Amino acid sequence: SLNCVEWSLLPPATKEMVVLAGKLKGRFQGDPSFEYDYTEINAEDAERLLEDGKEPIIKEETRLVATIEQIDSAVGIVPRGAFVKTPLGSVHENRNFEGLSLMEAKKLSSYFHFTEPVNLKNKTLLEKADLDPSVDFLDSLEHDIPQGSWTVQLEKGGTVVVLRSLLWLGLTFYHVPVTKQYGYVYFGTGEKNLDLPFML
Amino acid sequence: HGPYQPHEPGYGLYQPGYSPYDDQIPDPESRMLAIQNAKAYLLKSSTTSGLNLYDHLANMLTKILDEQPTNAVDIIENISKDVKCAQFRKKMDTLRDEHEILPTTEAAEVRKALFLKTNAEGDEELEEEIGETPLPNVMETAFYFEQAGIGLSKDESYHIFLALKKLISAQPIQTCRFWGKILGLEMNYIIAEVQFQEGEEEEETEEEEVIEEGEKEMDEFEDTDEEKEKDEPPKSTYKPPPVIPKEENGTGANKYVYFVCNEPGKPWVKLPPVTPAQIVCARKIKKFFTGRLDAPIVSFPPFPGNEAKDEEEEGGRDTYEENPDFQPPSVAEMVDSLSLWVHHSQSILPQGRCVWFNPSQKSEEEEEDEEEEKSEEADKPQQEVGPSLLTPLSEDEEIENLPAWTARLSTDLIPEHAVAILQSNRWPGAYTFASGRKFENIYFGWGHKYSLENHSPELPPPVQAEYPSGPEITETSDPTLEEELAFKAAQEEALAASEEEEEEEEDAEDDEEEDD
Repeated sequence: SLNCVEWSLLPPATKEMVVLAGKLKGRFQGDPSFEYDYTEINAEDAERLLEDGKEPIIKEETRLVATIEQIDSAVGIVPRGAFVKTPLGSVHENRNFEGLSLMEAKKLSSYFHFTEPVNLKNKTLLEKADLDPSVDFLDSLEHDIPQGSWTVQLEKGGTVVVLRSLLWLGLTFYHVPVTKQYGYVYFGTGEKNLDLPFML
Repeated sequence: HGPYQPHEPGYGLYQPGYSPYDDQIPDPESRMLAIQNAKAYLLKSSTTSGLNLYDHLANMLTKILDEQPTNAVDIIENISKDVKCAQFRKKMDTLRDEHEILPTTEAAEVRKALFLKTNAEGDEELEEEIGETPLPNVMETAFYFEQAGIGLSKDESYHIFLALKKLISAQPIQTCRFWGKILGLEMNYIIAEVQFQEGEEEEETEEEEVIEEGEKEMDEFEDTDEEKEKDEPPKSTYKPPPVIPKEENGTGANKYVYFVCNEPGKPWVKLPPVTPAQIVCARKIKKFFTGRLDAPIVSFPPFPGNEAKDEEEEGGRDTYEENPDFQPPSVAEMVDSLSLWVHHSQSILPQGRCVWFNPSQKSEEEEEDEEEEKSEEADKPQQEVGPSLLTPLSEDEEIENLPAWTARLSTDLIPEHAVAILQSNRWPGAYTFASGRKFENIYFGWGHKYSLENHSPELPPPVQAEYPSGPEITETSDPTLEEELAFKAAQEEALAASEEEEEEEEDAEDDEEEDD
């Protein structure tokens, strides 16, 4: 939506869309039907597409959808314990989640990426023994590369813990300890911060 | 003798029936009385611990019978002690637990200081100064920015408001402005831009002069030392580029002084003035602020100073990109442009042109100074003429097809009360709002400039070539002993040969003389 009054449904993202949109650089225009010229970016790919009969342009709404998908998969996080996995494999919200304690909330390891886990299998047996399989079935933030790509801060006198991502500048996650409130929002230019390793 | 009285030693040792005085047992009534007395005594509570012997013995025996330890009679004292300890623990439960001091309360204490009024003397002065207080109305500004969807929570704005008030009462300040907030890795910075009253900055400059003199003296000493040395190694021809002196306080990039604090309620720290070398350097690196002022910045090119200076530099640059000029345009102009604005609200916005926001770009002037030519007379850097003071925003350099500023109205629904908002694309996070006669700038962000291309750090300079090796500095191998001896022998032969020749000549001469 452009004005919070009229909303339009975006198509779901496919993998090709994500790959294509990842090559686009620069700010968004604000017009969903704006067409990016894909030829500038990769001449070979463009030729291939031409042969297939498609035109090498990308619409901004595609880019938008792909960006949302990227952000969600890369930096969408939830606190530990908010979701549980049943023995059958299905994941759903934990109604008994009372929130993290203050000490736990300050640690990066109490937050998980809300996507298919990638690193879980690589853990040593010792570490796996400590995990609780109903709760620890997602990747934790501790092992994100590069290290230090999240900032943890206590705001409002220590009543709210705020995590900010440095990879996608503008992604903010908040949680009020010992309560069920948490969530994340993204306000920003929609560009990945590829200079992160230089900036730390 | 009757049964022993309780206060006599040996009281409990004799069992009835085994006492040596059994034949003298008194009649049953007095025995009952004695038993009752004994029990009453046992039940008497101790004044120090509140226990009584009867209960203690009962507990002890109960414990022994329950646990049935071996050799109970040997460890009976320990058992007694254990039972007593158990009693004491129960007593402790009635005490209140010491409450943990939550970090929340600590933070609240810090902020509490903000809310307390300063001493009563301040009240009188306040009445006089209410007309011209340098304190900015942070809440009003926050309201306007809220219309634009930018800002901090009301709580935080109010805390900042109070913190600024405290700053003003502590320092002699002429104008003060809430510049914004820079996010950092560990902590954030809240920054106030301040101009001192005239005459208050002299202390600092004096200190600097003293430091400079001290350095000069050091230099002199070093020179004399060097003269005494002989056979100095060849002096390198490398001259470091001349150090560009930093600008005086109150002018140019150092026009404003910046105060920084991590949270409202913590003490304000003044940032040191910035030197052009730092500006140049800071442009080349791109790093996150950590939130600690004394954190050194590890980067290449090596950044002189530490995070505090980087802050200062950021503040100076940023302000100059967006700050309205110091001679505010006349009210008439503003009214005119406002009317223009109102009528052409649809057309002006896409153009991105707002005549009355005039950034001054002095900072770019100063930065060009390093391109001066190296000449011995170049004590004063050549000043390149940067864009003049009041250039309209539309002429701001574009960033690869992006206009430097994006303008919009806060609401389309009520254009009479709409606020014009400007977002900078060059420094994402810098916003300016304008409404009627009020305008204000602010910055919330990470403190980085926007660039389409990824940041590539400056490469280190190529490895310096070694001095070309020629015959004059190559080492020759020392002659070996045989060579030396051979050389010596040869020399002696030559010497001997020359002596013989001389003798021959002398002989010849003598002969000649004799002949004559």
